[in-house]
Parts: sequence; structure tokens; C-alpha cells
Amino acid sequence: MGTTTTAAGRRPLGKGIGLRKSLATLAASIMLATSVQAAVPPTEEVNTTGLAVTDDSVKVGILHSITGTMAISEIGSVQAEKLAIQQINESGGVLGRQIEFVQEDGASDWPTFAEKTRKLLRQDDVAAIFGCWTSASRKAVLPVMEQYNGMLYYPTFYEGLEQSPNVIYTGQEATQQILAGIDWAVKEKGAKSFYLLGSDYIWPRTSNKIARKHIDKLGLKVVGEEYYPLGHTQFNSVINKIKLKKPDVIFASVVGGSNVAFYKQMKAAGVDFTEEKPLLLTISVTEDEIRGIGGENVEGIYASMKYFQSLDNPNNKDFVAAFKEAYGDDMVIGDVTQAAYLGPWLWKFAVEKAGSFDIDKIREVFAGIEFNKAPEGYVRIHENHHLWSKTRIGRAKTDGQYDVVYETQELMEPDPFPEGYQ
Amino acid sequence: MFDGYTTSELMSIFAMQGFAGLSLFSVFVLMALGLAIIFGQMGVINMAHGEFMILGAYTTYLTSGFFQSYMPSLFGGYFFIAMILAFLICAALGALIEWLMIRHLYHRPLDTLLATWGLSLIMQQAYRSIFGAREVGVELPEWMMGAIQVTDLVELPINGLFVMIIALSIALGVYLLMYRSSWGKKVRAVVQNRPMAEAVGINSAGVDRMTFALGCGIAGIAGAAFTMIGSTGPSSGQAYIVDTFLVVVFGGAQSLIGTIVSAFGISQAQSTMEFFLSGSMAKVLTLLVVVGILMLRPEGLMALKVRR
Repeated sequence: MGTTTTAAGRRPLGKGIGLRKSLATLAASIMLATSVQAAVPPTEEVNTTGLAVTDDSVKVGILHSITGTMAISEIGSVQAEKLAIQQINESGGVLGRQIEFVQEDGASDWPTFAEKTRKLLRQDDVAAIFGCWTSASRKAVLPVMEQYNGMLYYPTFYEGLEQSPNVIYTGQEATQQILAGIDWAVKEKGAKSFYLLGSDYIWPRTSNKIARKHIDKLGLKVVGEEYYPLGHTQFNSVINKIKLKKPDVIFASVVGGSNVAFYKQMKAAGVDFTEEKPLLLTISVTEDEIRGIGGENVEGIYASMKYFQSLDNPNNKDFVAAFKEAYGDDMVIGDVTQAAYLGPWLWKFAVEKAGSFDIDKIREVFAGIEFNKAPEGYVRIHENHHLWSKTRIGRAKTDGQYDVVYETQELMEPDPFPEGYQ
Repeated sequence: MFDGYTTSELMSIFAMQGFAGLSLFSVFVLMALGLAIIFGQMGVINMAHGEFMILGAYTTYLTSGFFQSYMPSLFGGYFFIAMILAFLICAALGALIEWLMIRHLYHRPLDTLLATWGLSLIMQQAYRSIFGAREVGVELPEWMMGAIQVTDLVELPINGLFVMIIALSIALGVYLLMYRSSWGKKVRAVVQNRPMAEAVGINSAGVDRMTFALGCGIAGIAGAAFTMIGSTGPSSGQAYIVDTFLVVVFGGAQSLIGTIVSAFGISQAQSTMEFFLSGSMAKVLTLLVVVGILMLRPEGLMALKVRR
């Protein structure tokens, strides 16, 4: 519509036929616009920054590792994002436009992530990117996102200490997972001493720093803190140390293949987690990881997450059913998979509230965007681009699922820069 | 760190720590034997060693699934069959790879490095396509889980004992094969002087193929055994490869005894230091010591004396 009027206005007014013709076009285009407006706002209005939006479609990017070591973890996120996109399309799309996605493979290699982001933003002109999993990949993508003003929806629970105008964090930052978990162990289980154990990189180290501060604040004791290289497979020495120190709680943030080795060797060393001596509280083992570890090896451990597949609410029942229908009955859904599912929906609500696909306009309306049908119950976007959500404690069963034994009364406020914890 | 413990508590902790060191030793021996045979006897650096181990692990996974669905009554013994299958499958694949790829690259050690690294990537992606990117859980028979209660505090993990027995039997088997059989004599002859060995009628190409297959087969058994203590996924093999090379290089490339001595030294050092320091620091210190010794003795702990 904008083009037609401008063209007409530039015509020399003296020529009657030309004027009449252009007036007719103008009238027609106004009528056309009004009749269509009820369903779909015109593309020129909702897209002033050259994104890949047409009258009936909008392009988004999905950027995860589907090859390489991280594929294990990231494939669940890809599945959840595709499911959300499909459901949004079935319910009429975003501003009347069907979502088309361009999928790129980050190949577990951080520079590749940055390269593919550049491609998605510059060549495909996508309106949003759902992607990344590890903090390393997010950090690699960040400068590109900010340079070309893209918007990333990042699903993983992570260490915090970040807040970019170009990222929405749909997973928990560290305090949301840790504080409630430790409070629960202290209050419900009477824990007095803690042993902190993690893989050796930024997320476990930051998490344990926050945990240690919090434990100190409560006047309790940390009897050991240990880190093992990623991929470490021999935990016999640390198991002996734990037996020597007899902590009430082992607070574990071991990741990847090391997890499998750690729990199998704990079990082999005669530690029965169901006896809770010591109790094990993890922030890194979701239903996805249990598939590799084996349910019989983790029976009785507790996990602090915001989502478990077994959550009993109507939203989650629908979500689990839809996920299994799309990908097979033997699929399991972990915390991050659910967070990835939130991404496309939150984007849709923001776009519709802003009435525009433009990144700058969406950014202004983010604070307060809610999702009532979230599988985890209800979430809301905080001004700091993280989500308000509840923290829950689950207890692992042999079938690889968690029983939810506790959830916070209120939504936990995201606090990526916790004061006094750094 | 030992304040407030009774002597008997300390004794039991030291006993268990000693056992932890020994079980790490047997893990190292299992990992390194296959590689030491190939590297030491043929001069081929097999970067796909970890992936052969994982092939053994996947074989175990499939066997376990098969027994569960078709012969649940025999499930308790499936592990032995799985190990034999793992050996056969890995050895067969090893022989095939030698014929397709490795034999064209003898005398070009750096090229074998690159070629086998490529092979490892291909194998990883193949596992990912066939078994999925997620790790699989290998279910063990009941009797292999848990621990033997020796005293109140001393508990010995059964799977640790089991790995130890496998490692020792295989080491013994390899020793007999290499030093007490006529085939072993041929292998050693080829290693010492290839043209001379060929001149007296030894089929050196055949010896090479069998050696490579044997090394891969042992990797397969190791992989089967490691389903008890570690993860089974497309890239799990990567977790073992660094330690494996460390053990072989430190021991002296051409000496099987050296491999065993070096496995013992590294495992004891690492497990003791892990107990007193944190995990990452223990690893750093172990590597520093190894690097230091290799600077003084570049040929490794035990070098075969050969006239060059």
C-alpha cells in the first residue's frame, strides 16, 4: 500500500487520465487493505527492516548441533522447537503468516555456530533464531547477534552473569536452580554438610560458587569441592573421599559421559541413593541423561529443575502426548527440551503484542509477555530477558522418570547478576 | 585431613584407595594393549582406537538387548558372549580396514595418523546415524552390580574386580601369543627387520593384517568391559584416547612390558594425587611428570634395543 500512494503522489497532476487512474488504484488499494487487515496486516507495516517476511510466511532459523559430541543433548531441543513451530502454524501462524524454518548445524564447534548465525541473519534474513546449547556456543554467537541485531531464544539452564538485548533466556539462570534446591535440602532433609562435585568448566564452577555462598550464609558446612575434566571416567578416588567425609548432601553438576561413569561407579561402590546417606542433589541430570546412565543406577537421586516430564498439569499432558506422537513413544523430555519448546511461542506472543516482526519493536514489549499454556505451568518474561518460573525437586525412579516431591510456592525471580554471590 | 578418624577407618580408606588405583591400572592396561600392539609392532598410529572400543561397547549393548528379548533365562551370562562377539567383530573390521586403507600407508606414519583420524570421524558419525546421538544404557546382569562387603567400611566393587580379571587374562594371553607362539615370533621378526623376515619366507603382509586385527579385537573387548564403568555413545571413545596414547608413549612404543609398567605408574600416581588434590590438578600434575620423564627419556620407559 505504501508504494502505491507514493507513486500516485509523484505523478504530475495535470494529466486527467493519469490522476483518475491513480486515484482509482489508491481507492482500490485502500479497500483491499481494509478487507485484508482483519486477517493479515500488510507486510510493509510489520516488517520495516528487511526480514524474510512475505504476505503469508515468515522465516526463522534453528541452530543446534546435530553432529558432533553435543548432538546428544541438542537434538531434543531441535525436536521441541519444530513441534512448537508446527503447532503455531496449525493454529494460524504468527500475524497470519506461516512459519518456515531454516535449520543449520552448529556441529559442536563454536566458530561454526558464529558463522551459521551470520548466514542466517545476513543471507536468510530470519526473524528469530532458536538455538545454541552450551554457554561456549552462546558466547560465540553473541557478538554476531548484537552486530546484526538478531534475536536468539536460548533454551539451556546456564551460569547467569549475562543479559544481552539480543537474547531471550528461556532456561533458568544459576540462582533459580540452586538456591531453592539447597533450601529444600536444608529444610526438608535437615542437611548440614555439603560436598560439591562438578565437571571442570564455567557452569559447574559458577554454580558451585553460588551454592557455597548460599551454604555459608545459612551457617552450614561445605566439606569438599572437586572438579574433574570433561569426559573423565574414573571416579573411584572421589568416591572414597566422599565416604571419608560423610557429607549429608552431594551437590553434583557433572555433565556428559562423565555422568554415566560417576553414577555407575557410585552404585558399584555400594552407595544406595534410596537410603539418602548421603543424599545426592543434582542440577545436571535430566530424563535425557538418565537414558544413557540407566535408571537402576540413579534410583533415589534428587534433581533441582524447573520441568520434569511427569509434571501433573493439563498443559504438560498435552505437550507430552504431542511430543510422543511426533517423535515416537520411547522419547523422553528433559528440562532443556521443554525450555526450547517455549522459544517459538514466546516469540509469537511478542510479535503479536508488538504488531511487528521488527526486532527493535519486539524488544520493547518483551517484559511481561506470558505463556499460560507452558508445559511447566506458567512463565513470564522478566525485564532482564530471563523467565520467571518455579523451581521443582524431583526424585529419580528406576524407569528413568522423576517423581516431583516439591515445588516452590511462587515463581522464582531470575537474577542473572546475584549480589553478594560473585 | 585425617583428624578425627580412627586407625581402622583410615586403614580401610587406604585399602579402598589402593583398590581404586589397581582398578584404574587394569582399565589403563585394557585400553592400551590393543594400541600398543598396533603402534609398537607396526608403527601405525591408530587414532580410531577409541571408536573400535565403542564398537565393542555397542556390540555388548545389542547382545544384551537380544538376550533380554529372546533368552532372558541366560541373561546372567550374556556378558561373556558379548565379549567374544566384540572381539570377533572388531577384529574383522580391523582386518578389512587394514586391507582397504592402512596397508597403502606403511612407511608414512603421519599419513596413517590423518587417515585413521578421518576413520574415527566416519565411525562416530556412523554410530550416530545407526544408534542415535544419545548415549545408550547397557543393562548388566544382577551379579555384576554392587560390591563385596569385606569389612564394615571396606567395599570392593564387583565390576572393578571383573575388569581386573579381564585385563590380567588378556595381558597374559597377549604375552603367550607374542613370546611363546610361532606366530608371535614372526611378528617380532617383522618388527626387527622386515626385508630379512620376508627373505626367510615370512608373509609380512599377512602378519601385518593379523596384528592390526588383533589390536582392534582387543580394543573391542576393552570396549565391552567399559560398558560396566563408563558411557556408551557415539563419541565416548574420545574420552579414552588421550590416556591410551599417554600410557603407550610413556611405556616405550615397542615394548609390551613397558606399556604395563607405565600403566601401573600413571594409574598409581593419578589415583593417589586425586585423593589428596582435586581431580583436575591431579591430571595436570600427572601429565607434567610424564612430560618431564619423556624429555629425559624420549624413547619411553622401556625401549627395545634395535640396531638402526
